Amino acid sequence: MAKGIFVIAEQRDGALRKVSFELASAARKLADQTGDEVSAILLGSGIESLAAGLGKFGVDKVFVGDNAALEPYVTEAHAQVVAKILKDNDAAIALFGASVQGKDLSARVAAKLAGGLATDCTDVKVDGGKLVAVRPMYAGKCFGEVVFNTTPAMASLRPNVFAAVENAKAAAVTKVDVAVDGVKSKVLEVQKDASGKVDLTEANIIVSGGRGMKGPDEYKILEELADVLKGTVGASRAAVDAGWRPQKDQVGQTGKVVSPNLYIACGISGAIQHLAGMSSSKCIVAINKDAEAPIFTKADFGVVDDLFKVVPELTAACKKLVA
Amino acid sequence: MNIIACVKQVPDTEAQIKVKADGSGIDDGQIKWVMNPYDEYGVEEALKLKEKNGGDVTIVSVGPARAMETIRTALAMGADKGIHICDAVLDNADAFVTASALAAAIKGLPHDIIFCGQRAIDDDSGQVGAMLAELLGISQLTLVTKVDFAGSSVKVIRPIEGAQLSVETSLPCVVTAQKGLNEPRYASLPGIMKAKKKPVDVKNAAALGIATDVKAKVAKVIPPPARAAGKIICGDDAAQKAAELARCLREEAKVI
Ligand SMILES: Cc1cc2nc3c(=O)[nH]c(=O)nc-3n(C[C@@H](O)[C@H](O)[C@H](O)COP(=O)(O)OP(=O)(O)OC[C@H]3O[C@@H](n4cnc5c(N)ncnc54)[C@H](O)[C@@H]3O)c2cc1C
Ligand SMILES: Cc1cc2nc3c(=O)[nH]c(=O)nc-3n(C[C@H](O)[C@H](O)[C@H](O)COP(=O)(O)OP(=O)(O)OC[C@H]3O[C@@H](n4cnc5c(N)ncnc54)[C@H](O)[C@@H]3O)c2cc1C
Repeated sequence: MAKGIFVIAEQRDGALRKVSFELASAARKLADQTGDEVSAILLGSGIESLAAGLGKFGVDKVFVGDNAALEPYVTEAHAQVVAKILKDNDAAIALFGASVQGKDLSARVAAKLAGGLATDCTDVKVDGGKLVAVRPMYAGKCFGEVVFNTTPAMASLRPNVFAAVENAKAAAVTKVDVAVDGVKSKVLEVQKDASGKVDLTEANIIVSGGRGMKGPDEYKILEELADVLKGTVGASRAAVDAGWRPQKDQVGQTGKVVSPNLYIACGISGAIQHLAGMSSSKCIVAINKDAEAPIFTKADFGVVDDLFKVVPELTAACKKLVA
Repeated sequence: MNIIACVKQVPDTEAQIKVKADGSGIDDGQIKWVMNPYDEYGVEEALKLKEKNGGDVTIVSVGPARAMETIRTALAMGADKGIHICDAVLDNADAFVTASALAAAIKGLPHDIIFCGQRAIDDDSGQVGAMLAELLGISQLTLVTKVDFAGSSVKVIRPIEGAQLSVETSLPCVVTAQKGLNEPRYASLPGIMKAKKKPVDVKNAAALGIATDVKAKVAKVIPPPARAAGKIICGDDAAQKAAELARCLREEAKVI
């Protein structure tokens, strides 16, 4: 019978990404109910030393695939190795991050194994020893509970939703030597964002601006607030389509889906397509001069006023508090 | 070149989604159906490639009878022909079964590039493109914002968290489109007239010879968790409101 909960760890440039710890913690929680072991799959080149970092978050065993062909990440190479490890070990459950890489990889692996995959889950539980994955559908207008008819049961977990909880385990390393062949894709260039800010999908705090910002230069006041809160600036589609902000900043149904601890919407009306991208945020603040704006129906805290007056004052107030 | 664009018909983004009382699904009586917005980017890119390099664009869609409207929309935008995979046994398909149906239909056609949307905005799986690539044994380039075609290979831009990748692969391949790739055109009136005469082949699951047993089953659909009513921050002026908001975020919500 299939057994063992596997997490597919994600590393970049020799450092584990935060989502890997979230996966490990979520797996640990399930394993403590099913009595399973938690194994991680860690792929790349020169990355064996990262295994210990996974142990800190509850991983019993780490399968390390250390191979030049696995760095940087290329779908076809990683999918071959991950699918083989899951199959050889008859894994019961496999958890991926619903990051750009995790989504790209998980669907390919699921097809290789002809298995079921639930994407972008916000909760996972076990019922009668089997995985039940809960995921938003229709842009969060409803949720689906997904069950699996095949093993491994596979799910990708939305970044920033599952808490990373320290729980030290052995993280015993097993090296795997899997031949990788037939890879046709190649990464030619990696261009890092100049800002060096945390990506919206991983940010704890997001300060977002919409059409109410009036123009690109006015975003400076949001940047200042974000700097004080160590957050990242986001935008509505109206602001992106106006050319005020780059596409990568767009939150919503045709942009990024985010779940920060705090989402501050400034001059954003709260159109249904915008709400689709941020309604799983833990705390939502709306600053809007129109008391009837739909964003207030989703907000935990609302300020009805001119954002150009409120935001600089808020920056000053927060500066005092966090100092 | 032979270009394929996969399109799914989905509820309009404005649609109110009501969960059926028994949790078996959603009530789709009142819904207005449209082409998945991400598929519009895929169709547009397919048409641009065709205009530049010659060839033809085939639209493939899995869906009930109404999905024909979406195929016709793509034909009206300028695609040449369509395949409509229409079978009641596929109504409850999961991503794997959907991808299997698409793969079976596409296998028999010449294909250099296959466009999909990065995800369908109803079921939001974001799986079909990658699964289709695996089932066809070709490479995938997902979440793409720029496509450069160079004869036997293609080079794309893929934004990832905090960076942009430039990735190259040989043809054939699957590309999944996201916003930023292009500005989809509208169907013109002559385009709509012409589309009516363009050929659309209708196929069922048996003709494709695929297994239709689902691997991941949506056992229950539930409404979203209710959010507690929010608090409107009061104060005499912006400064007072801002100070009170900061206090709430610190002391009540504990998020700063
Ligand atoms: C009544 C009902 C019951 C369902 N039950 C289940 C269930 O039990 N389990 C389950 O997993 N899912 C179920 N689904 C959803 C399922 O049919 C999804 O459509 C399927 O999983 C594909 O995922 P997606 O639509 O999110 O596509 P994505 O993977 O998000 O789509 C990405 C891209 O793939 C292409 N694509 C996707 N679907 C099609 C299509 N039909 N035709 C052409 N191209 C397409 C498009 O280019 C699209 O942009 C159900 C749906 C309904 C309406
Ligand atoms: C298929 C489709 C996909 C879409 N995808 C997305 C998406 O991914 N993301 C997205 O955001 N949108 C998306 N949209 C667009 C969406 O419908 C809205 O048009 C958009 O979100 C509006 O942006 P906004 O709130 O910034 O602008 P508006 O709706 O114009 O709102 C501006 C707000 O600013 C307030 N305001 C103005 N001045 C001030 C001031 N001085 N102080 C305080 N408040 C002020 C106003 O009261 C108003 O509420 C999509 C639409 C479609 C059809």
